[in-house]
Amino acid sequence: MDSELVLELPTDVRSIEHAVEYVMQRCPGCERRTHRMTLNFRVGLTEALSNAMLYGNGHDPSKRVRVEVLVHDGAITARITDQGCGFDPGAVPDPTAPENLLKPGGRGLFLMRELLDEVSFNDEGNSVTLVLRLEPGTSPLEGGAPA
Amino acid sequence: MSFQVSKNGDVTLVEVEGQLIVGNRQELKQKVLEQLENGDRKFVIDFSDTGYIDSSGLGVLVSLSKKIREQGGELRLSRLNEDLRTLFELTKLDTLFQIADTKEQALEGF
Repeated sequence: MDSELVLELPTDVRSIEHAVEYVMQRCPGCERRTHRMTLNFRVGLTEALSNAMLYGNGHDPSKRVRVEVLVHDGAITARITDQGCGFDPGAVPDPTAPENLLKPGGRGLFLMRELLDEVSFNDEGNSVTLVLRLEPGTSPLEGGAPA
Repeated sequence: MSFQVSKNGDVTLVEVEGQLIVGNRQELKQKVLEQLENGDRKFVIDFSDTGYIDSSGLGVLVSLSKKIREQGGELRLSRLNEDLRTLFELTKLDTLFQIADTKEQALEGF
């Protein structure tokens, strides 16, 4: 990916908020504070970073998370890669199913898929790519990646 | 980011200022559980000044609601902005919590 913005973050959940804000401020095209940027992209990026640090890198402070962001052809693409062993995204249960509603976890990937236009993983499962189209006038909840 | 805890009669009100996210969720959990251990059973968490809740924050609310219910109490939420309401609706957590438009409404109803 020919990225316009690259960040290398330590595995520290306290850094997530600042990293997301940094991307929102520095990324070309992100200055458009549309609802799709402030809700959909922000939530998606936050959840991807959180998953990478908590589950991918397993809280290991010696491991890092790489963030690459590209704005091209009317879409913003963010790839988040951790140094973990990866996981099977197809094995994550639906958190909105009645039997899962009272579980404290499992909503991060679901929110990414609901709010972004495309969510895809590499074969290893340790790198997620998020795509949000930036068409003017698109409502915040249009789109959503297929599960 | 901070959590202001106050008492309104027998209801414990927690106001979330800033964000409720993976980095500070344990602080909220600890504050509410302390009050629960002290005997409080009625809780309102108000989001008037909250910008964002991530999935970890949603998870803490679910976990607290469960613990409070196990002790015979209840957790209510108030004043979710449009974005927060969207997150609750997408995750169907709006079906799990009683959500009031204002903290006054949430407190009055208890």
